[in-house]
Amino acid sequence: MKILVPVKRVVDYNVKVRVKPDQTGVDLANVKMSMNPFCEIAVEEAIRMKEKGLAEEIVVVSIGPAGAQETIRTALAMGADRGIHVTTDAIVEPLAVAKILAKIAGEESPELIILGKQAIDDDANATGQMLGALLGWPQGTFASKVEKDGDTLKVTREIDGGLQTVSFGLPAIVTTDLRLNEPRYASLPNIMKAKRKPIDAKAPEDYGVDLTPRLEVLKVAEPPKRQGGVKVETVAELVSKLKNEAGVL
Amino acid sequence: MATLVIAEHDNKSLNEATRAAVTAAKKMGGDIHILVAGQGAKSVADEAAKVEGVAKVMLAESDALGHKMAEALESLVLSIAEGYDAILAPASTVGKNFMPRVAAKLDVMLISDITSVESADTFIRPIYAGNALMTVKSSDKVKVITVRPTTFEKAGDGGSASVETVSAPDAAAKSAFVSEELSKSDRPELGAAKIVISGGRGMGNGENFAILEKVADKLGAAVGASRAAVDAGFVPNDYQVGQTGKVVAPQLYIAVGISGAIQHLAGMKDSKVIVAINKDEEAPIFSVADYGLVADLFKAVPEFEEELSKIGY
Ligand SMILES: Cc1cc2nc3c(=O)[nH]c(=O)nc-3n(C[C@H](O)[C@H](O)[C@H](O)COP(=O)(O)OP(=O)(O)OC[C@H]3O[C@@H](n4cnc5c(N)ncnc54)[C@H](O)[C@@H]3O)c2cc1C
Ligand SMILES: Nc1ncnc2c1ncn2[C@@H]1O[C@H](COP(=O)(O)O)[C@@H](O)[C@H]1O
Repeated sequence: MKILVPVKRVVDYNVKVRVKPDQTGVDLANVKMSMNPFCEIAVEEAIRMKEKGLAEEIVVVSIGPAGAQETIRTALAMGADRGIHVTTDAIVEPLAVAKILAKIAGEESPELIILGKQAIDDDANATGQMLGALLGWPQGTFASKVEKDGDTLKVTREIDGGLQTVSFGLPAIVTTDLRLNEPRYASLPNIMKAKRKPIDAKAPEDYGVDLTPRLEVLKVAEPPKRQGGVKVETVAELVSKLKNEAGVL
Repeated sequence: MATLVIAEHDNKSLNEATRAAVTAAKKMGGDIHILVAGQGAKSVADEAAKVEGVAKVMLAESDALGHKMAEALESLVLSIAEGYDAILAPASTVGKNFMPRVAAKLDVMLISDITSVESADTFIRPIYAGNALMTVKSSDKVKVITVRPTTFEKAGDGGSASVETVSAPDAAAKSAFVSEELSKSDRPELGAAKIVISGGRGMGNGENFAILEKVADKLGAAVGASRAAVDAGFVPNDYQVGQTGKVVAPQLYIAVGISGAIQHLAGMKDSKVIVAINKDEEAPIFSVADYGLVADLFKAVPEFEEELSKIGY
C-alpha cells in the first residue's frame, strides 16, 4: 500500500498571532513556522502503518512557499520516503489544494491519503473531505483509531457526543484527530538521512489547477477584547458576585 | 433567492443548532427550506416545519442517513441542490463531515464556521483559533456554509411549513456504519447549556471530576474539559472545549484547573460571564475571566457547592 500524506506549513501553535494594523491579514514576519500539528499526527500514523508492514511507501506533499520544503524534510526525517513540493507564494484555499491533491493522487495512485482534520491557521476543516468528494472516495474523518483489516479500513471517529466507528474499502481518505497518536521526534541520524531523500519540485501549473481564491478577504480584524475582570478573595464573595452583580445564578 | 438548511438532529428531535442556522439563513434573505435527513425521523421533520420563517421541509430517510454518513448526505444534498443559492448546516461534527464534500462537488469554496452574516455573499469567520476574524466575500454561484451555532439566535416556533418526502439516492462513495458509543448523560448538551463547568489537568484524575459533576447537577450545567484532561483520559473526547473541540458560549463558564491556552480560549471566550478557579495567580485564564479565584480547586469547588446550597440550589 502506498500512503499519501499532505502536510501544511503553518504558524507554530505556541505563537499568539497579531492582526496587521491595516487589517489585511495577520503578521507572519519573523514568526516561528511549523508543521500543522494534525499533519504531524497524519505522518506518524502513516509511519506506524509502514512499521506494521501495512504500507510500503509514504509520500508527503506540501503546497506552499519555499519554506514548505523544510516541513517536507521534517516529515522525511520522521520516516516518510519522499516528498512533492508544489511551490507557490499564493494563498491556496482548501478547494484548490484538494484539486491539486486529486491530480497528484491520479499520478501516484495511493490506496490511502491521510490528512490533518484541520489546519490551525485557516481552521477550515475542509481539505480532506473535499478531496474525498473529488476522487469519489469514502472517508473516515476526525480519526482517533485506524485499523486495517484486509482490504477494509475501520476508523473510529471523534464526534459530538462520543465516538463513531465506520468501515470502508480502499482507496480512501482519513483525517486525523488529536488523540490518534503521539508524533515522534526525528532523531539526529534520521534528520541527516532525510537530507538525501528526494523531493520533487513542482508548480501549480503542472497540475493545471486555477488557484484564484473564491473568497475575497475584505478584512482581517482583531476580535473584541475581553475586559480583564476582578479577583475575588473567597468562594462566598464569588457566589455573591455571580448572583447579585452578574445575575447568572 | 432560496436557501437550504440541513437539520441537525438525533432522529428524534431537532437540535437547537438547526435554529441557529435558520437565523443565519434569514439574514441572507429569501425562502428557507429545511432538509431532514435521517431514519425514522418524521418527528424531526414535524418539529422543523414549525420553525418560524421556514417555507418547506423535506424528509429523506435511509439507514445510512440515519447514521449521518458523509457520503450518503453528500449524494442526497447534491440531488436536491439545484435552484438553491445557499446551503447551510450547523458547524457540528456532522456538518463538518459532509458539507465540504458538497462544496467540492459544486465546485465552490466552503465557508466554514461563520460567526456573522454581513450580507447574502459576505460573512465573518474566525481564523487562528479565533485570534483574528476574517470578513470574506464569496464569488461562488452557490454559498455552501457551516454556521457556528453559538453566535446566532435560535429561531423560534411559529411556522407551519409543508413536509414532503424526497428519495435518498445511492451514495457514489460508500462507507458502512459499524458502531457508536455515545456518552450518556442527563445533563444538558455542552453546546446548548446555559452554564458550563470545565475541568483541566489540575483535576488530577477522572474520579475527581465528581466534584464538578455535583456542582453541575445543582446548577443544571454541562461538564466540559480542556484537551489536557481529555488526553489524560479523565473524561471522554466529546467533553473537549476549544479550537479543535466544541465551541461554547454559555451565560456562565467556570474554568477549574485550566491554564487558559489560546486553543482552549478559542472555545469559550465568547461566554457571557467567565469564572476561573486556579491556584496559579499568573495563569493566562485570569486575563479573560470576569471573576478569578486564586485557590486550590479541591478546597474551592466543594465550598462553591456549599455556597450554592445556601442560596437555594
Ligand atoms: C493542534 C492543537 C489543538 C489543541 N486544541 C485544544 C482544544 O481544542 N482545547 C483545549 O483545551 N486545548 C487544546 N490544545 C491544548 C492546549 O494547547 C493546552 O495544552 C491545554 O489546553 C492545556 O490544558 P490545561 O489547561 O488543562 O492544562 P495545563 O496547561 O497543564 O494547566 C493546568 C492548570 O491547572 C492548575 N492547577 C493544578 N492543580 C490545581 C489545583 N489543585 N487547584 C487549582 N488549580 C490547579 C495549574 O495552575 C494550571 O494552570 C490544543 C493543542 C494543539 C497543539
Ligand atoms: N497547502 C497545503 N499543502 C498540503 N496539505 C494541505 C494544505 N492545506 C491543507 N492541507 C491538508 O489538509 C488538512 C486540513 O486543512 P484545512 O482544510 O485547511 O483545515 C491539513 O491538515 C493538511 O493535511
